[in-house]
Amino acid sequence: MIELDKVSYGYGGAPILGDVSLQLTPGSFHFLTGPSGAGKTTLLKLCYGALTAQQGRVSIFDQDVRDMSRDEVALTRRRVGVVHQDQQFLDHLSLADNVALPLTVSGRPVDDGEVRDLLAWVGLSNQKASRPPELSGGERQRAALARAIIMSPEVVLADEPTGNVDWEMSIRLLQLMVELNRMGKTIMIATHDLNLIRSAKAQVQARVLRISGHQVQLAGADL
Amino acid sequence: MSERVNPFALIAGDKHADRVVPPSGFTARLTIFTAAAMAFLAVFALALSLATGRIAAEWDAALAQSSTVRIAAPEGQVEAQVSAVMGVLVTTPGVAEATVLTDAEQQALLEPWFGPDLPLDTLPLPRLVTITETPQGYDSAGLRARLAGEAPGAVLDDHTRWREPLVKAADRLRLFGLVSLALIAATTAAIITLAASAALAANAQVIGVLRLVGARDSYIARAFVRRYTLRALAGAAAGSLVGMVAIFLIPSKEMTGGFLTVPGFAGFEWLLPLVIPPLAAIAAFLATRRAAFSTLRERP
Repeated sequence: MIELDKVSYGYGGAPILGDVSLQLTPGSFHFLTGPSGAGKTTLLKLCYGALTAQQGRVSIFDQDVRDMSRDEVALTRRRVGVVHQDQQFLDHLSLADNVALPLTVSGRPVDDGEVRDLLAWVGLSNQKASRPPELSGGERQRAALARAIIMSPEVVLADEPTGNVDWEMSIRLLQLMVELNRMGKTIMIATHDLNLIRSAKAQVQARVLRISGHQVQLAGADL
Repeated sequence: MSERVNPFALIAGDKHADRVVPPSGFTARLTIFTAAAMAFLAVFALALSLATGRIAAEWDAALAQSSTVRIAAPEGQVEAQVSAVMGVLVTTPGVAEATVLTDAEQQALLEPWFGPDLPLDTLPLPRLVTITETPQGYDSAGLRARLAGEAPGAVLDDHTRWREPLVKAADRLRLFGLVSLALIAATTAAIITLAASAALAANAQVIGVLRLVGARDSYIARAFVRRYTLRALAGAAAGSLVGMVAIFLIPSKEMTGGFLTVPGFAGFEWLLPLVIPPLAAIAAFLATRRAAFSTLRERP
């Protein structure tokens, strides 16, 4: 589904990732952990084509990212839902319009009922007319998740989705991710919250990957 | 990468796509004002160019079909030389009509310069014969040679030395008008490009979100291009309308006693300013499209 083969990436000559190999198989659940600045966001961006590997090969749905045109990258992103670290929204649109944005840009008809159901699923039924700046951090995270899955993507990549929310909300978001995984979606969550990972392991069979020394390693029983 | 922005889709619009770009801002007002101001100037440049063209044509027509023979002879030989000149002219192919100016007509010609009390009979003025040519014209070199033989005091002035610089000057003015129009179009495109680039830079986050959720470059570009094209069209329409009203209100050549050549339109020429708004929209479309794709290519 998404495969990284001996991928290296760095900024300004300083390596962040070196010789990283990784495979996200359909229906799998991965956590990606490591200290701040270790390269979690970089790795996720490589996985949805926002960055191109400086060395090695990244393939998304069996297509090499380097061979993709910009249009093909755009079309690929419709199959990969991304929950961004800083929950980017269009502040002049309502929450419902923001959640429906992937449908809008792909030219698909916007089904108000579908948007309403999705907002209810993430517990934001009462905020559908609100503008993003009016929402709390947790509400924005859940809205970002709703937007990421409205196209029914095969893969959901979440970058620190619980970074700005309290523990109760973190667990709620985690449960939503677990539900998605049970629906067959491939999930990868980048987080440095080990308690969240421990909570998840009780609910889902998740692999935990740790970035350390520019490498990605499978974390052991220490978690 | 598909870089097409379908003009028909652009006109039809997409209510969802139109909403993804924040609706207002400084660049919006700048685009409308620039398009209006440039269209206003374009109307004037067009009117000036067309009026100059008409003047050039009038001068050319007025001077091309007429010429003058000036007879300056010693006293006692004037009438004989006038008769000789007329004898030559009536037998010259290409001369439709030749008329000796009367004293009163000569007085009328000189009156603007010397006043009404000019004592013509005391001045050694040459006699003038006006010639009206046939459309085919005459052989001026041959006529000069015959006049030199029959009337040594006669000098043929076929107005060439007046006509050519006047027509050349009018043609240059018309060219300057057209160059001005081209410069106005280029300046409009440049300013709208800057405005669109500024808008794209100011909306970096919007573009980032759209790319994140799978928008193609053509979709993002269309949202910006449509907005700027329509703004340029609206601004240019307003500017052209104001320009046309201003031209309409300028006193006509007749009202200024013929002394002042004013820019203006005649007949069907009033339709020409209507072309300016669509041209401004096309310039805005091309400029914004180029700016949009150039900006988008720099983003992941």
